[in-house]
Order: sequence, then C-alpha cells, then structure tokens
Amino acid sequence: MVWMVLSDMAGSRVGFPYTSLPRIEDSQLRANLRSATTAIREKRGRVVAEKDDWEELRLKGEQIRAEVLNNLDSYLVKLEASVENVGGVVHWAGDAGEANEIVLSLVRQHGESEVVKVKSLTTDEMGLNEYLSQGGVMAYETDLAELIVQLAHDKPSHILVPAIHMNRSEIRDLFQGTISKGTALSDDPTVLAEASRLYLRQKFLSAKIAISGVNFAVAETGTICVVESEGNGRMCLTLPKVLISVMGIEKIIPTLDDLAVFLELLPRSSTGERMNPYTSLWSGVHKGDGPEEFHLVIMDNRRSAVLADPVGRQTLQCIRCSACLNVCPVYERSGGHAYDSVYPGPIGAILSPQLFGTESSKSLPWASTLCGACYEVCPVRINIPQVLVHLREKVLTEGHRSSSERFQFAILSAVLSSGSRFDLALRTISRLRFLINRFLAFGSLPGVAGKWTVARELPEIPKESFRVWWRRSRGQ
Amino acid sequence: MKVAIFPSCIVDTVFPEAGAAAIRLLERLGLDIDFPLEQTCCGQMHLNTGYETRAKKLAARHLTNFTPYDWVVGISTSCTTAVREFYPQLLGPTRAAVGGTGKFIELSEFLLDVLGVTELQGTFAKKVTFHTSCHSLRGIHLGDRPQRLLGMLSGIQLVPLPKSDSCCGFGGTFSIKNSAISTVMMEEKLANVYWTGAEVLTAADSSCLMNLSGGIQAAKKPLTVMHYAEILEIATRQTQGKLSNFSGAK
Ligand code: SF4
Repeated sequence: MVWMVLSDMAGSRVGFPYTSLPRIEDSQLRANLRSATTAIREKRGRVVAEKDDWEELRLKGEQIRAEVLNNLDSYLVKLEASVENVGGVVHWAGDAGEANEIVLSLVRQHGESEVVKVKSLTTDEMGLNEYLSQGGVMAYETDLAELIVQLAHDKPSHILVPAIHMNRSEIRDLFQGTISKGTALSDDPTVLAEASRLYLRQKFLSAKIAISGVNFAVAETGTICVVESEGNGRMCLTLPKVLISVMGIEKIIPTLDDLAVFLELLPRSSTGERMNPYTSLWSGVHKGDGPEEFHLVIMDNRRSAVLADPVGRQTLQCIRCSACLNVCPVYERSGGHAYDSVYPGPIGAILSPQLFGTESSKSLPWASTLCGACYEVCPVRINIPQVLVHLREKVLTEGHRSSSERFQFAILSAVLSSGSRFDLALRTISRLRFLINRFLAFGSLPGVAGKWTVARELPEIPKESFRVWWRRSRGQ
Repeated sequence: MKVAIFPSCIVDTVFPEAGAAAIRLLERLGLDIDFPLEQTCCGQMHLNTGYETRAKKLAARHLTNFTPYDWVVGISTSCTTAVREFYPQLLGPTRAAVGGTGKFIELSEFLLDVLGVTELQGTFAKKVTFHTSCHSLRGIHLGDRPQRLLGMLSGIQLVPLPKSDSCCGFGGTFSIKNSAISTVMMEEKLANVYWTGAEVLTAADSSCLMNLSGGIQAAKKPLTVMHYAEILEIATRQTQGKLSNFSGAK
C-alpha cells in the first residue's frame, strides 16, 4: 500500500473519479441521497428480517435465474412460441438501434405521433425517447419520478427512484414551470401527486399506443409481468389499443410458479414492501379486454457477449430491484449520475462496462471499496465484488492500465515472491525510514497520491518490521 | 497443536506492534506460536487491483508456507477473508481446500471457538469504541467476537459506534483511484468516532486502522488507535496467576 501511494496512479482524466467530483461537493445532493437511501434501507431491513426463509428464497431466486441463463437459447425459442400462441407478435433486435427502429415503425404503422410509457430501464438503455422524438413521435413518461426527470430534461439517478436526487421543493418549482403553469402549488407530496394526476389522466385517455418494459417473461405461458407502485403503469397496459413491450433477452423465467419466488424477493428488496402494489400480468390479447394488439420486442444489445463470460454471466441474473444501490456507501456519496449510465450503483458498475464498454465505463469496476454490502442484500445472490475484481482484471488484460502501475505491481510481485527478498526490502525501508518519514510528513506527494495525503497522514515506517522484531526476540 | 501467526504484510511493514501483541498474548496463554519467515503477502492487493495471475501465484505460495500447521491465526480480517473466501474462487474450491484454507482463523475465533476462552483476567480502564470492518462482518462473519473478548476485561468502557458497520472508505486502490469519495467516507466514519467521546479506537483489521489512524492524525485529534489484540495484550500484562479459563497447551 505504502509503495502504491508513493507513486502517481492517475489514469486518464475521464470516468468515475472525475464524474463523481461535482456530486461529492454538492452537499444538498448528498443530504437528499442520504436520507432517501437510509429510509429505504431501513424499511428493507425490517421486512426482510420478518422472513425466516429469506436465505432459502435468495438461493431459489439465484438458482432459477442461473438455470435460465445456462439454457437461454431454448428458453427464448419457447417464449417466442408461447407468446405467438396467445396472439402476440415477437420481434427480435440484435442491438438498441434495431429495437428502436422496430418500435418507431410500429408506431408509424398506426399513424400515431404520441405514446404513453411505463417506466422502463431497457428503453432508457436504448435511448428510445430521443429516437422516437427524432422520428416525430412524442413519448410521455407516466411514472411520477420518470415524468419529473423528463420535464427537467434531466437523467434518472436511481433505478427505482429516478428523481432521488431532487427534493420536494425542487419538484414543486419544476411543476409550476411546466405541467401546472399558472397554479400555485405547495410542496406537500399529495398536492404534487395530484398535479401530475391531472396532467397524466389526459394522456392515458387519449393515447392509442403504450410502451412498457418487462420485469419477467414466463417462457411456458407467454405471460408478461410488470410490477409498479402507482397504477399509472396499469393504465398504460390496459387503456391503449396497442401495447409494445421491450425486454432484454435475459428477463425470462420458466414457469408461473417461479414467478411466486420473485414476487416475494422483488418488493421486499426493492421498496421494502411485503407485496407489490400493482402487479400486472397478461398473456397475449383477449377480445374486448385490454389491448387489441400486443408486440414483444426481444433485444440482445451485447447481452450474449456477457453470457459468454463465465464469471460475468451472473450479472444477467439481476432483477433490477436496486437494493444494491441503497446499501452502497459509494453510491450514497456519488449519486447515480456519476456512473454516466442508465444503470448506476453496484449493478451499474458491473453491467455498464460489460454492456457498453465505453471509455468512461472502464473506470467503474474501481468505483467500489469491495465492502460486500451489495452482495449481502442482492436477492439473486450476484457476487458483485467477485465480478468487479474480475472486470478489473479484464480491463487490465485489454491494456487499459498505466505502464507505471503495471511496473509497480511487477516489482511488488518480485519482492513478495520470497521471504528473504521481502525481508531485505523491509530492512531497506527501515534503514531509510528517516528519509521516508520526512518525505511522508511533508505531505505533498505527487499527483493523485497527493490528494490521499491531504486528509490522512501516512503511517510512519517503524524502526523494525515485525519479522525483524521476531528474529531479534527469538534470537534467530 | 501447531499454531502459526499470519500478521499480514501491512502489519509486518508498518504495525509490528499489533503482531507482537498477538504473539505475546497467545504465549501468555501457554501456546507455542511460530512465524514462518517465508510468508510475505496473501495476494489480496494484487487480486483486488486486477492482477489475477500474480495473485494466484502468491496465493499458492502462501498456502504452501503454512503446510505444517494445524491453525494459522490472522489478525487482519481482510487478509483472512482473502484466504477463506477468495482463494476458492481464485484457485478453485478443491485446490483451496486441499491447500488448507480451512485452517486460517481470526484471533478472536481462535480464542473463543478453538481455545474456549470465556474469561480473561486483565484491566483496561479506558473508553473504547470498536469499528466493525466490512470483512469481519461480511467476509468471515466474526460477529461480536472481538467485542466479547474486550468485554471480559475489567475497567473497560465499550461505547457503541454509530453506523459501526459502514465502510471506512479505504478499499486499497479505491482510496487512491477515488480519493475524494474515500475521504468523505473516512471523514463521516471519524465524525461518528469523535461523537462517542472514546479515548481509544480499535478494530480487527489493519487496513482500516491504517486508514483511520491516518485521518485522526491529520485532524490532530487526541485519540489512540490500536488493534484489539494490543488492548488484550496490554490489559493482561500485569495479571498474576491464572490469565484465563483456558489452561494452556504446555
Ligand atoms: S444486482 Fe441484485 S441487488 Fe442490485 S439491482 Fe440487481 S438484483 Fe437487485
């Protein structure tokens, strides 16, 4: 450690260490985040503690998801057959571009220029709203928090609570400037919810097409499941004539019985509720009931590449509950935007580099102290620290590492490869300790290591190392 | 019973007194302790930084160094976690088990679970607060074992640390690569420590102690930071007669 601090490990000037800086300095944001994540965290802790069989449920959840991923090819074919069997139409998309094009052409076929949307991370990943708007179609977000983010021309900062970075008075100001122009509002949550209700009701009644994501797709029956808390999703899923749902290839579960496991795991992990308020399930189309047309877009977008990596694969088990965000000490300080991806927090730190491979996402595997809090809460037992460390190695082999760091670790390995070499190194350090301690006390190390030493004193090098003491005291 | 100590490379380099304290304590209890000089580093640092191949070599070496022993007592939770939890992933479960990862044990587990210590004669008349390291909590699941040992001393006032289980922000290379967030985490942790009014901050992990003592020194606060093994050792120095209900192996 001491050796590492002594040298400058600054890499490129993009990525998490830099995108997180303005957020760390924003004390309002940190306060908003701390109180929001603490509240959800405590609520989750309480309802999870009620379940004696929680660990068994987690194991079951993990096992079901892992089995699906190991046999994904056959499950996908099965799902396609089941959905078509109940009157749905299945579309395959290799990447986000194809998925966007499929959705836009479906909207155009119906001659529509407006759609309502159920909150969906997958469509955020695709950049669907922007794509539609360039194609002349306006997409209205109907989840309250998504609506707030959309009105503010902002980006979501949390998987479940996209506007977690804003507080009530900020939202009141936003509404007064947009959907409630000319009306005086208080920052009472019921008043704000009412304002959004008035605005959204119009959209639900007029829209002919709705777009949703998918929480679970049941291979055996072709049933799609969407869980949400407000009922706005239910409106979108039932009122419009045409329903288009978009999913990543990994969202499959085998049977309806398996769904029972996830409907226990998901709400407790996610919102800290025992049951989810609005759970919508539908299988294809039914005359006189709900949408008359149902399209399911199944998108790969590099997921098959993630699947091919035996360690990284478990990332696809994720059910997007966001429990890992709420317990993460790094997320609590950096906020979601610092991750520069629709997937923030610990899941984002492992998913984004694998899915997007962008320059900024390459710093994400290091955005963790490996404290393990995420793994402990994950309802499908994704070993996030293990994947993080694996991705650090992967980035390294791809050559994205400073030569000074590689050199340093090569030297370190050589020193550590024998007891006598290590002994010699420690003796040398002890001999030079007056010089080193003086240098350390001076506190101005070059580069990033310099920042380290502003807040911390480096430990002084002692007169004798442990092994020297041992030898001396044992007369060896 | 052949027992070796595995103090960790950090203790070896900068905190020799923690290692020495653990040895003195165990010897006082009547045990023979060995320190195989070939040991260097368990490889955790390399693994966590993404040097898996180098880490593998160090891991294999580390296990070989302890072949002759029945128990390998560690005093740094992250290092014992590395051996017990990460070696099976790194080397494969069979190779790790055959190599003896199961013999690696933390000092408080060794004292309480192996030796069966239920009392310790010693005095430490100070206000002490304990930081629960991430690896003691989620890596090797120590629970409150170190606090139970400290609680056996007379005169000690153990004050609970608010949010004791939140990470201190170190994380090895994390503290360098993401030094700004790391520092905020450390400062919030220390604010809680100061709030307790404790005179001594202790923990079971030398990395956290290095981080936190660095922060305390920079803030110029009059707080002593020491490993809990040092407290146990200092407290039992003057004890006359029987130190514990464990009768000793000698
Ligand atoms: S990784 Fe686990 S905890 Fe995090 S969002 Fe996914 S399922 Fe939830």
